[in-house]
Amino acid sequence: MDTSQRRIILDSLGLGIGVGTYGLTFGAIATASGLSVLQTCALSLFAFTGASQFAFVGVVASGGAPLTAALTATLLGARNMFYSISLAALLRVRGWRRLAAAHLVIDESTAMALSHKDPRDARTAFVWTGVTIFVMWNLMTLLGALAGNAIGDPKVFGLDAAVAAAFLGLVWPRLTDRLAQIVALCSVLIAVALVPFSTPGVPIIIAGCGAVALGLVWKRLIEHKTGADD
Amino acid sequence: MTELTWGVAFVIVGTYLWKLAGLSVPQTVLEHRVTLAIAALIPVAFLSALVAVQTFADGARLVLDARLVGVGVAAILLSLRVPFLPMLIAAAASTALVRMFF
Repeated sequence: MDTSQRRIILDSLGLGIGVGTYGLTFGAIATASGLSVLQTCALSLFAFTGASQFAFVGVVASGGAPLTAALTATLLGARNMFYSISLAALLRVRGWRRLAAAHLVIDESTAMALSHKDPRDARTAFVWTGVTIFVMWNLMTLLGALAGNAIGDPKVFGLDAAVAAAFLGLVWPRLTDRLAQIVALCSVLIAVALVPFSTPGVPIIIAGCGAVALGLVWKRLIEHKTGADD
Repeated sequence: MTELTWGVAFVIVGTYLWKLAGLSVPQTVLEHRVTLAIAALIPVAFLSALVAVQTFADGARLVLDARLVGVGVAAILLSLRVPFLPMLIAAAASTALVRMFF
């Protein structure tokens, strides 16, 4: 194995171990919010996409219907499709390998893969990051789930604030341009405005879709304006 | 199966199909300008709504409570580029401390 490959594997292991530890938080919050250990572990094993898993648990914990929670989580998972599109040309996987590779498509594995131009390096980074996070995320979910069962109520130890902080941490690096900031602000305002008038979970779906629509209109207006300037 | 288990199953199937679709469907179909723009906006929009609801909502009521302190601490630490896990622990701990003393 040459040094560049070894370097990629070490980077992937480091990132994977770091990221995988958040599984502890997820597991604890999930069982403290009323999911069974089995349901919690099933989400980490088979859904394996952190933001969606936190979203499902967050909506359930705030009293939303499981279907509303599932819809929010699934919509949030849509971004993984666009990660797969960017990865398809680099990975070139068929048959069962494609089924397995699809499972490993998450924020971190995609970011690591796309940071390499050479397809072989990209594949190494993708597989090692994905597998390391998968193993760590699931081990830590189980530990967290057992701890959360003992804790019982998400308010103990401020776990409910940790959920909000987790979403903030996930959205933070995306707020780099004006469009993203406007969409975020609109979404917050719509969601807060809707809370008193709808069942828990529904404000997230309406605010999410509404802010995406407003963002598209805003983007169109900007493009139109800059187009006219040229 | 309970309603909660159905919800879990829904999430599992739904999230996996998104991932598989991107590797399977011809790129020309998915790589449309508008779909790409939507894809870029979805995480920001939904995560922001989740932050808001998770901070200010208690069921169908709007409240200002100890969670706001935790989220404030999280925002400060994120702006200082503190890593994810210490940031989460600080957010939870500050909220728990406020609850303990007030």
